[in-house]
Amino acid sequence: MMAKLIRNTGGGAALFLYSMLARAEYAINLQQPESPIAYQIFHLHTLILWVCVGIFVVVFGAMFYSIFKHRKSVGHKAAHFHENTTVEIIWTIVPFFILMGMAFPATQTVLAMRDTSVPDMTVKVTGYQWKWEYDYQKEGIKFISSLATPKDQIDNKAEKGEHYLLEVDNPMVVPTGKKIRVLLAANDVIHAWWVPAFGVKQDAIPGFIKDTWFKVDKPGTYRGQCAELCGKDHGFMPIVVEAKEPAEYAKWVADQQAKVAAAAQNADKVFTLAELKAMGEKVYATNCVACHQANGAGIPNVFKALDGSATVKGPKQGHAEVVLNGRTGTAMQAFGKQLSDTDIAAVVTYERNSWSNNTGDAIQPSEVKALRK
Amino acid sequence: MEAAHEHGHDHHPSGIMRWVTTTNHKDIGTLYLWFSFFMFLFAGSLAMMIRAELFQPGLQLFQPQVFNQLTTMHGLIMVFGAIMPAFVGFANWQVPLMIGAPDMAFPRMNNWSFWLLPVAGILLLSSFFMPGGAVAGGWTMYPPLFIQGGISYDMTILAVHILGISSIMGSINIITTILNMRAPGMTMMKMPLFVWTWFITAYLLIAVMPVLAGAVTMLLTDRHFDTHFFSAAGGGDPVMFQHVFWFFGHPEVYIMILPAFGIISQIIPTFARKPLFGYASMVYATASIAILSFVVWAHHMYSVGLPTPAQLFFMYSTMLISVPTGVKVFNWIATMWRGSMTFETPMLFAIGFVCLFTLGGFSGLVLAITPVDIQLQDTYYVVAHFHYVLVSGSLFSIFAGVYYWLPKWTGHMYDETLGKWHFWLSVIGFNITFFPQHFLGLAGMPRRIPDYALQFANFNMISSIGGFMFGATQLLFLYIVIKCIRGGVKAADKPWEGADSLEWTVPSPAPYHTFETAPVVK
Repeated sequence: MMAKLIRNTGGGAALFLYSMLARAEYAINLQQPESPIAYQIFHLHTLILWVCVGIFVVVFGAMFYSIFKHRKSVGHKAAHFHENTTVEIIWTIVPFFILMGMAFPATQTVLAMRDTSVPDMTVKVTGYQWKWEYDYQKEGIKFISSLATPKDQIDNKAEKGEHYLLEVDNPMVVPTGKKIRVLLAANDVIHAWWVPAFGVKQDAIPGFIKDTWFKVDKPGTYRGQCAELCGKDHGFMPIVVEAKEPAEYAKWVADQQAKVAAAAQNADKVFTLAELKAMGEKVYATNCVACHQANGAGIPNVFKALDGSATVKGPKQGHAEVVLNGRTGTAMQAFGKQLSDTDIAAVVTYERNSWSNNTGDAIQPSEVKALRK
Repeated sequence: MEAAHEHGHDHHPSGIMRWVTTTNHKDIGTLYLWFSFFMFLFAGSLAMMIRAELFQPGLQLFQPQVFNQLTTMHGLIMVFGAIMPAFVGFANWQVPLMIGAPDMAFPRMNNWSFWLLPVAGILLLSSFFMPGGAVAGGWTMYPPLFIQGGISYDMTILAVHILGISSIMGSINIITTILNMRAPGMTMMKMPLFVWTWFITAYLLIAVMPVLAGAVTMLLTDRHFDTHFFSAAGGGDPVMFQHVFWFFGHPEVYIMILPAFGIISQIIPTFARKPLFGYASMVYATASIAILSFVVWAHHMYSVGLPTPAQLFFMYSTMLISVPTGVKVFNWIATMWRGSMTFETPMLFAIGFVCLFTLGGFSGLVLAITPVDIQLQDTYYVVAHFHYVLVSGSLFSIFAGVYYWLPKWTGHMYDETLGKWHFWLSVIGFNITFFPQHFLGLAGMPRRIPDYALQFANFNMISSIGGFMFGATQLLFLYIVIKCIRGGVKAADKPWEGADSLEWTVPSPAPYHTFETAPVVK
């Protein structure tokens, strides 16, 4: 009876486990490597895994043999040996040589991954709570990349998309076949820029610049996430890199440069309140909603409410200055470096005319420009 | 000793004041063990909330800020409130008994080192009710994130200070007891291995707790007095905190495992009915692990961008630790080899420890390789690794030790059938929880995130189911212990056939005062 029960449940469980493995979404190894370093890491991991499996089989084979054969219940009498210098020396020295065998390829990979010299191009990446800024200094392109997954999906009010939490509004774009050096910086706390397929993970440390590199040959979209706890929205800070053929990449660069030129013209333009409010709603949704919430209520005792706030209802210059320069000693960061004058003018106007705030005034990009130090 | 017992020397104060004012090492050991068990249940229930939130993708139960509080407090309380005090409880109960001493060297200080703990515990638990909630910056407290919080961050820093003071007082007590109060004839190289491992652990504690105190004090002054130790704007460096923290933190992981090695080294020879294989090399291996633990701290920080020679040095030294650790595992297996083994609950937990801790050691070796670590740092692979060494390592050894010594502590045998159930449910639940996390980490799921991409959904669900199973099983342990305290088969002075250290020469339960006349060790 008992044996039958065990056979049935055991068989059922085995079948269940086996059928689970057959499903594609059970990733049980490192992601497909797409850069030379990631390749080396992948093979290094496989090598060490097999060494561990070998040791495991030998050591646990001996132990389980002993457990099954040398038990009191089968009448085994205990031997009395309790030391043997020769074996003890052997099992100290043999592991030492195994380690040397692992250290050699590992050292080669370390030296290769740390060699950031002679890059084909350089991009500066800055971590903000909770988004990434990509700055192509030589090309004169700079943009912010934030989570594109709608809040409704996160709150289980809408069905989750294929790239749930791994999608951004503005991905980093790079050419294929080039050595790309990434400079890492951070604005507030420590973040880490991690793209598994490239074998790259580098902390972004406020006040310091660190670097790393990758080279990708296959065009495509590569996804990663921030890997260092950086506060409330640490889990919502994806990294998306699009690798394009050099010709397509050149076209992307030209498009971006045209956008920059158009934005520069906007700076002196005068907008209506309705225009600013509409633009500001988008800026707010990307940059402010994480802390201050869509309804402007903030999170009590953690992030200030904007709805009914004295700063928001006070003079517009004071309000814009807080957005530009942040508030020291609080989580309110300085947006002056991240956002254009137009964006700041728009978001300030939006905040002053939303929820129960009805100041009815608009601030223009030129006024924001004047406030910059 | 029996005579002393009969003449009524065994009376002691009763009621609540017995526990508040006690200077008796056995009472204090009991207090430590109960305190750590309640902290274990509390921190464990935080883990259940974490696993409930991660049961499926999307935010169901907790907002991200609250989730971060759960993970941070789970880590802090498990390390400082559950595992460390449990081992100190074992040291208080067993070290005097095993070296033939009547009590600890400084009984009144011993009372203080315990009663500081509830103060720190209350500070930690009440921080959940402060404005903004408990600390949410991770148990590693990295600045600048840790500078951003409210009053609960200061309460946590104060609690860590108090816990550190308690640990240092406890360590001084243990070292002095071992050096000065051994029975005649018990040379250092005749001490039971549990005593040896605690002796070395106590030195580790004295060496590193002040370092942690320094690190959190710098955090405190950065928060309130504009000192800029960890802020580049004022000439400091956030990475310096990580160096200081891990100079404490890496030896800390050995503080949580060396006493476990000691417990296992008592239990395996007992149930294999054979002396421990390679006693001397066990002592040397323990000491080498302790010394090496001071030179590997930066392997927690490969991704901060250390200079290349530093990465190579820390990789080699970290790999080296696997040599003495391997020696220990080989010695345990050689102790079992050609023994006459029985499989009572303590032995089951000890074998579970050897198997699963070794798996944790393997994943540790994988993580020691710098390039692979870069890929796996801050992923669930690391979560799986340190739970294999801390749950199936430290916690399983604590269970093994409790079952092993419960007859001596209570005078009753525990329920063997229930004990075996506890073992099997724990070992199965544990593996269902943590083994899939290796795969999650390899596939790229970062740790400390409240929500995850869809490809991680299945393993997270399996992991959560295992977690609930493992968590619920621990209530069975509580029941077994209470049942054993309240009654059961009377335990003999030496309930285990193969046991041979001094605690088995006194009656069960161990009388309130033991070894008023020192035993002579031949």
